[in-house]
Amino acid sequence: MLSIHDLHARVEGAEILKGIDLEVRPGEVHAIMGPNGSGKSTLCSVLGGRDGYEVTAGSAQYMGHDLLELAPEERAREGMLMAFQYPVEIPGVKNIYLLKAAYNALRRHRGEPELDTFEFLGLVREKLKLMRMDESFLHRAVNEGFSGGEKKRNEILQMLVLEPKLAILDETDSGLDIDALKIVSEGVNSLRREDRAIVMVTHYQRLLNHVEPDYVHVLSQGKIIKSGDKTLAHDLEAHGYQWLLDEAAA
Amino acid sequence: MSTVSEPTKTYVDQFNQLEGELARRLPSWWLEQKRAALTRFSAAGFPDPRQEEWKYTNVRPITKKAFLPAQQGRVQPSGEEVAQLRFPALDAHVLVFVNGRLNIALSQIGDLPAGVRAMSLGEAIAQDVEGLSERLGAAVSYDNNSFAALNTAFAEDGAYIELARDTRLEWPVHLIFLATNEEEPVVAHPRVLVAAGAGSEATVVEHYMGQEGSRNWNNAVTEVLLAANASLEHYLLQQESIQGYHVGSVYVRGSRDSRYTSHNVNLGGRLVRNDLNASLLEPGARAVLNGLFMVGGRQHVDNHTRVHHAAPHTSSEETYRGVGDGHGRGVFKGRVWVDRDAQKVEAHQNSANLLLSENAEIDTKPELEIYADDVACSHGATVGQLDEDSLFYLRSRAIDQDTARGLLIFAFADEVVERLGLEPVRAALEERIAGRLPDSDKLKGFV
Repeated sequence: MLSIHDLHARVEGAEILKGIDLEVRPGEVHAIMGPNGSGKSTLCSVLGGRDGYEVTAGSAQYMGHDLLELAPEERAREGMLMAFQYPVEIPGVKNIYLLKAAYNALRRHRGEPELDTFEFLGLVREKLKLMRMDESFLHRAVNEGFSGGEKKRNEILQMLVLEPKLAILDETDSGLDIDALKIVSEGVNSLRREDRAIVMVTHYQRLLNHVEPDYVHVLSQGKIIKSGDKTLAHDLEAHGYQWLLDEAAA
Repeated sequence: MSTVSEPTKTYVDQFNQLEGELARRLPSWWLEQKRAALTRFSAAGFPDPRQEEWKYTNVRPITKKAFLPAQQGRVQPSGEEVAQLRFPALDAHVLVFVNGRLNIALSQIGDLPAGVRAMSLGEAIAQDVEGLSERLGAAVSYDNNSFAALNTAFAEDGAYIELARDTRLEWPVHLIFLATNEEEPVVAHPRVLVAAGAGSEATVVEHYMGQEGSRNWNNAVTEVLLAANASLEHYLLQQESIQGYHVGSVYVRGSRDSRYTSHNVNLGGRLVRNDLNASLLEPGARAVLNGLFMVGGRQHVDNHTRVHHAAPHTSSEETYRGVGDGHGRGVFKGRVWVDRDAQKVEAHQNSANLLLSENAEIDTKPELEIYADDVACSHGATVGQLDEDSLFYLRSRAIDQDTARGLLIFAFADEVVERLGLEPVRAALEERIAGRLPDSDKLKGFV
């Protein structure tokens, strides 16, 4: 589904990603962990198609497409959706309108008829419940005045409604208290499906107690220095990153 | 005395030719006002950009043209055309003015409650309606605004709206000022007077529109007199043709506990200047000024607002937004003046502006002059571009770039439009605004 080979990328002239390799197949849940400055955010930005990131070498294939050639909206239409670390506030654009426009853009892309507001509301209500969000959220401006936890729940709500093939969660767990983390984790778990892949990028092992990954990768200085199964996350929890960094340096 | 410049002289000469005829048919108090106004105009001449109040707006495109008097307009709009100009689903007392003059056949004034007048100002002057002589001209000031003086000298018609004590006008008064597309462009000097008695309430929609291609000039003056506890919602909708000229000066006098709200929305016009002056004269008086201008092409729209807090416990709140595209030029200058004895005043002002093209320009300048020491005043002004992070966020949700841009521009403008209390007006303006944006058809779901 997603094949990343020897990906190098630069931001403002500084090389941040120095040869990433990653293979993600349908049904898998991957966790990418790493200390601050390891390149997690840059990797997400490159995958999302954000401006200002220059890929200098390597490739990223997604469902038969050269991912790096696709505009951000094309990536979304092909089923790749990103939950952001810092979801932006968009005053004046109501949540429900954004959701509906995104949902219908995806349906148009698949050649399906668009849903009207009434039909769409029916679909969203169910998902709202799962995220323990009040319906009033729909009529507020996108993320405006939302607490940190509400913003993250809103990101997962979008995932639940838009049903991506590949979901990339950029530090969705950071800044959440335990209760919010549980709700977000339940949302992520309900996303798990045989034909869907999830990539969680996180700083903390905590999330992985709630959403069990199939694979764990450790990112450091722009490279994946170790990959393993979920036990790797437990080792990280017990011993921190340093032993791995030392091992990689040795 | 300096010599009178050519454009100024043209109007002075015109007035002198008219004067004999005016003297025969006008009440003397109004003729006197006209004479005095002409003297002011003649002395001041048209403003030039060396004057601080006019530094962003050169009015030469107006003064160098020889506009014919509005009476010489030839085009008569049809009833069908005028029906299109109304807001569907808005029940209103509709007065239609063609080049500044009331056309009763095209109007639909309907039944007015007892104690309320909504009529031709020319007619009210001709009848010398009781109380008019004390009211007409009571709020206007010609300082730094010789256009207002020119209006008084030449005003022939407009609307007179009078509300007796404690009357409430259920339906809004919708004043449609249509500028026709004349072969030889004309100038009209529409004059509106709203005199709201104590405790009265009304909504007045002043709506300036131009037929496509119209190069006419509207030089309007509106006076609003609010007695104690009176309340007025005042819509100023400027949708002149893209080649049209518009100068509008509004003067408000607010008595004790009166409430004035204006919604000044400018979507049209080639060269537009609005002056909004609100004087809060007694404790409890409040003014809320909302404004939006969207300029593209070669449009130039200048908004000057002045709020004078002349009494303690008065308050004002001002929200202006501007969007500049193409080679458009927008100006917002908001002055808030608090007198020395006007303690406990609250005055807030905010001007936010969006630049969409490299060639567009928006100047924003708040000016606070506060002579009292116990007040709560604030102001903020920003000029920025579309937020890249917001654009990216929308695109990452499958929304294409043009639609995302359109959506953000719309949302920015709508922060002002959504304050409009009349739903049919709000809906019509939102549709109009969305229609100017890229990919407007895809915005439908959002609007």
